[in-house]
Amino acid sequence: MDEKSDGRRRFLAQGAALAGGTAFAALSPPGAAQEIAGQPWERVYGAPFTGYGQPSKFEAPVIRHIGRPYGDLAPGSGAALSPIESLEGIITPSSLHNIRSHSGTPDIDPKEHRLLIHGLVARPLMFTVDSLLSYPMTTRTHFIECSGNSSRATTPQPAQVPAGAIHGNAACSEWTGVPLRVLLEEAGVDASAKWLLAEGADSAHMSRSIPIEKAFDDALVALYQNGERLRPEQGYPVRLFLPGWEGNMSVKWLRRIKATDGPTHTKDETSKYTDPLPDGRSRQFTFEMGVKSVITRPSSTMTLPRPGLYEITGLAWSGAGRIQKVEVSTDGGATWTAATLLGEERPKSFVRFRLPWEWSGKPAVLQSRATDEKGRVQPPRKEWTARYSPDMRYHNNSIVSWAVGADGKVTHVYA
Amino acid sequence: MQTTSSKPPALGTPVGAAEIARWDISIPPSGAGLPAGSGSARQGQQVYEQKCLACHGAKGAGKPADALAGGVGTLASKTPVRTVGSYWPYATTLFDYVRRAMPINNPLSLTSDEVYAVTAYVLALNGIIGEDAVMNAQSLPQVKMPNRDGFVSDWPPRER
Repeated sequence: MDEKSDGRRRFLAQGAALAGGTAFAALSPPGAAQEIAGQPWERVYGAPFTGYGQPSKFEAPVIRHIGRPYGDLAPGSGAALSPIESLEGIITPSSLHNIRSHSGTPDIDPKEHRLLIHGLVARPLMFTVDSLLSYPMTTRTHFIECSGNSSRATTPQPAQVPAGAIHGNAACSEWTGVPLRVLLEEAGVDASAKWLLAEGADSAHMSRSIPIEKAFDDALVALYQNGERLRPEQGYPVRLFLPGWEGNMSVKWLRRIKATDGPTHTKDETSKYTDPLPDGRSRQFTFEMGVKSVITRPSSTMTLPRPGLYEITGLAWSGAGRIQKVEVSTDGGATWTAATLLGEERPKSFVRFRLPWEWSGKPAVLQSRATDEKGRVQPPRKEWTARYSPDMRYHNNSIVSWAVGADGKVTHVYA
Repeated sequence: MQTTSSKPPALGTPVGAAEIARWDISIPPSGAGLPAGSGSARQGQQVYEQKCLACHGAKGAGKPADALAGGVGTLASKTPVRTVGSYWPYATTLFDYVRRAMPINNPLSLTSDEVYAVTAYVLALNGIIGEDAVMNAQSLPQVKMPNRDGFVSDWPPRER
């Protein structure tokens, strides 16, 4: 501050000394360029316009956490998790949206792609993408969460990785498309149809059975994400979107919907995406994602540089509807304080929560606990674990704990 | 300005049974829609060793991809092993999935006979059918999987 005002005083003095010179000299006093506190980029002409914007090169470290369980054998099978620890607000940038794909991202020509609706319907119909784009549109903001999100918090020891690498298999976008019921009514669904089979045009032909009630409730045939056409990784040119339900059911690259009298029992609703119980049986068709929250900052692998005032912030969501409250604890769950919410009027959407926190410099354990409008409360980790078989990897909505050490280091703990 | 119609535009085009048949590849437990063709485990072994073994291991032992055989009786233990044999409730799902998605680098490439045969091979590895049992549209839906009754449906949802 002092240096700056010194500089300004000197500049003014020089200007006064030069006031008697020519007009040209007054506009460009010799040596003035060095005197103004301008950064290098203030002294050169900027970059030209680009057709499609990119983030700053300085944000290059903010990327998805990519998991490839089959390595080079199937590099597009697995998941890329959203770096929630680096993001703010409630909308996930499309480029940082989580991805869960079973056989990579197909390269679909929208002119050649078709959606077939058939089965127990009066009129089997084929739709081009152009025709779908001609329907009246519905726009809503919703989260989507892979049923296997937070499976990395089911390992015996807590993983010391960023929050997004554990809990980032979820994201929130503004989705625009045609309500599925509109297309089903056009095809004339028979009263005997109780389920739908939805199938993708990826090389896995990923398929799931969906109760017909969901189709007539809030299901969308989505064409746009955050204002632009879907990204290929999110199902371009058309995907199913089932708000609040297992992300896997919102079938991407949607090519077929078949109205059926019962579930088809596909691979991804029998051998996977079923919830093993302690007695050896498994629960099947557990569609709704539970009420959940996670503190994104401060979080695992971060360091608090000094004691003092911090903002604790994070995300909360529920597949059942709106978030009613998020409470934060800094003492491992002994006491709780209600956080401020942003976006809580939106059902089945991310909600941002914030709470100021004065860190004394002593060890602390940070937790958040969400409650939704149905009164469901996020369970403690031990309670959630006890409900299932030891190899349960789905629907983990248990409370997340980050420990802050006396040195300011934030670690992942099971509390 | 005319802004009255609330009726959607109805832009779907009618599609005939023959075209639908080319698209409809999902097979429910009833076996409805299973194609003509057949195969036995003996025939399927060759298909498996050429096209599946690299990912699923010898005799379905797994690694790097999922194990396909073994694990019966482990589901209630501390270390459950979930395979086609120990976990999958329906044999039709195996046919459906192999046909739609496998081999992962060349899906939709197997003939119906090959899909039946490799399905039979995986079932036989688990001791669910014999090596010479022929799988076809009639026999496959009759196969009773060991974990057929191991699932509890959560739809309609429980009270929570």
